[in-house]
Amino acid sequence: MEQVFSFIFYIFTFLAVYVEVFFLVTYLERRKDIVVRLDDKPNRVYPSVTVIVPCWNEQTTVQGTVESLLALDYPKDKIKIMLVDDGSTDNTWNVLQQFAHTPNIEVIHKENGGKHTAMNLGIEKATTEMIGCLDADSYVTPSALKRMIPYFDEPGVMAVSPSIIVKDPKRPIEWAQKIEYQLSVYIKKMLGLMNGIHVTPGPFSIYRIEVFQQLGPYREAHKTEDMEIAYRMHEAGMRIEQCHDAQVFTKTPPTAVALYKQRKRWIYGFINNTIDYRRLIFKEKYGAFALFTIPAGVVSIFSAIYLFIFMIYTFVKFITNKFVQFQAVGVHVSTVVQPQQFSWFYVSTQAVFLITVLLYGFVFTSLMIGARMSTGKWKPSFAMVWYIAIYSIIAPLWIMRAVINTVFRRETAWR
Amino acid sequence: MNQNNTTNVEHDTGWSKYLVVFLITLGIFVTIFYVSDVLTKRKLAELNTIQNNISVDLLSAETQYSLLGELDCSQVTSTVLSDQLNDLSKKIEYLENSSGKSDELTQLEKQYSLLEIKDYLLMKEITNRCGQKSVFILYFYTTSDNCSECVKQGYVLTDLRQKYPALRVYSFDYGLNLSAVETLIKIYDIKDTELPALVSDRQVYTGFHSVADIEKLIPKLKATLPK
Repeated sequence: MEQVFSFIFYIFTFLAVYVEVFFLVTYLERRKDIVVRLDDKPNRVYPSVTVIVPCWNEQTTVQGTVESLLALDYPKDKIKIMLVDDGSTDNTWNVLQQFAHTPNIEVIHKENGGKHTAMNLGIEKATTEMIGCLDADSYVTPSALKRMIPYFDEPGVMAVSPSIIVKDPKRPIEWAQKIEYQLSVYIKKMLGLMNGIHVTPGPFSIYRIEVFQQLGPYREAHKTEDMEIAYRMHEAGMRIEQCHDAQVFTKTPPTAVALYKQRKRWIYGFINNTIDYRRLIFKEKYGAFALFTIPAGVVSIFSAIYLFIFMIYTFVKFITNKFVQFQAVGVHVSTVVQPQQFSWFYVSTQAVFLITVLLYGFVFTSLMIGARMSTGKWKPSFAMVWYIAIYSIIAPLWIMRAVINTVFRRETAWR
Repeated sequence: MNQNNTTNVEHDTGWSKYLVVFLITLGIFVTIFYVSDVLTKRKLAELNTIQNNISVDLLSAETQYSLLGELDCSQVTSTVLSDQLNDLSKKIEYLENSSGKSDELTQLEKQYSLLEIKDYLLMKEITNRCGQKSVFILYFYTTSDNCSECVKQGYVLTDLRQKYPALRVYSFDYGLNLSAVETLIKIYDIKDTELPALVSDRQVYTGFHSVADIEKLIPKLKATLPK
């Protein structure tokens, strides 16, 4: 039994280390290209852009979202903002009214139909060269759009995503997410360099209008329309880039339960979109997206579940042992902690232990690179340890639930 | 922009990179297994050294014993050897639990069992002759078929050893396949269906016994404690 466990452990950790090495090699190869532009020189061109803000019950955040768009360092006559109220039941519509007379803002109300329908209404009306999306709980930094646009100089680039950052985290769960988002900055950039990005997220992804003209509108796509459109783009051979130095701040779920619901939806979306587009997997013509990103995502789902079960098994074994010890001799200090002099002999030299240490070393290195790309500093923090600890426990829960929902064909809720 | 512009996107990651990364990862894993093997062998070598030291110490003690007719009983020191044997036993058990049984480890365990028997015989003689307050327990267990009572008995004996420093426990793996241990098994007529089994003063106690049970069965244990 133990040997079977160990064998599967080696397979999964080998694949996990493979993915980490892949990112690290890509980073070392291309690190000179990953610069943060401190002097924002004028762009060569300023194509016209429509930014659609789909809103559903966003009364507390949407004002800040719109104000951040109005503060963008981009010619005002080249940018149009469409605020689409998707049948909110709170005060969102009234909040939006204060922008109704702003020259480059259009405020639209529609019956509730889901985020993709709000986006599609905006896309239908758009006449600009580019179309962007901004979730109504996110805020763009002034230079974001200006920094993203030059990526479109490359003709094959059809969409660009920014770096998403958690601003001023307060609760412990928000701190963990801040570290996670910093890690995503690194991972997404590496995937961008490999042309393997599998999602163009709601916070400020910009597309050429041809994407929708050629591929059609957003789809419901298991409530992950921003993922499905990326899959469709890869199928059509369209490139997605990541602009690491364009920053967008987003509001993250403030509680573990809210985070669980959000991630369950994301993982459910990943699993089901991958099933829908399984014809792409391992097809060389779809590049790193089909050969690396999707397989790595699938493996990470299985390995997270497996490692969680492995962790539970080890924990139960430990507790059972302690219980047997308790049954035998009752509670002594030596039952709880066995005091013994430190000896190197008792430091594990098992391959399983050394590989686990190595894996955590890789994760920590990735976190450091992510922090460097997000904040400009190589600075370790306690929050990184906290992130690893809390996500090791809670991430497998939403992953398992998403798998169960897929198996039993249960749709997931938005919030 | 037309469709042609968008479909001929050059994919940046060639097969060679997938292969290179695979070879790097393989190299890392091979290195880890190699390092793990080297370090485990070092631990085994350390155990060998400890065992050699114990052998020398035992031989020395035996020689002292032979000379006892001419020497004072106070010249014979037993606690150091007991600590060394305990340390060795813990380390063998740790390696067995972490790395599993190997031929080298089984060999070490056999040598350890022999040292235990030699120590047992010697200490019994010394105790008789010098009137030391020592109590001896021979403990027979098995690891082969998940003897949960054996695990519990192990905890009890560890606890007892801490409580009574004069207690000397010699544990023997029933399935070790060592003639000296098999002789002990024969002498005390221990059956594999009755494990764990304890032997003290030629009395055999089979099945699990708690701390209180053993204190009751071997009343002289309490007498070993300093007043």
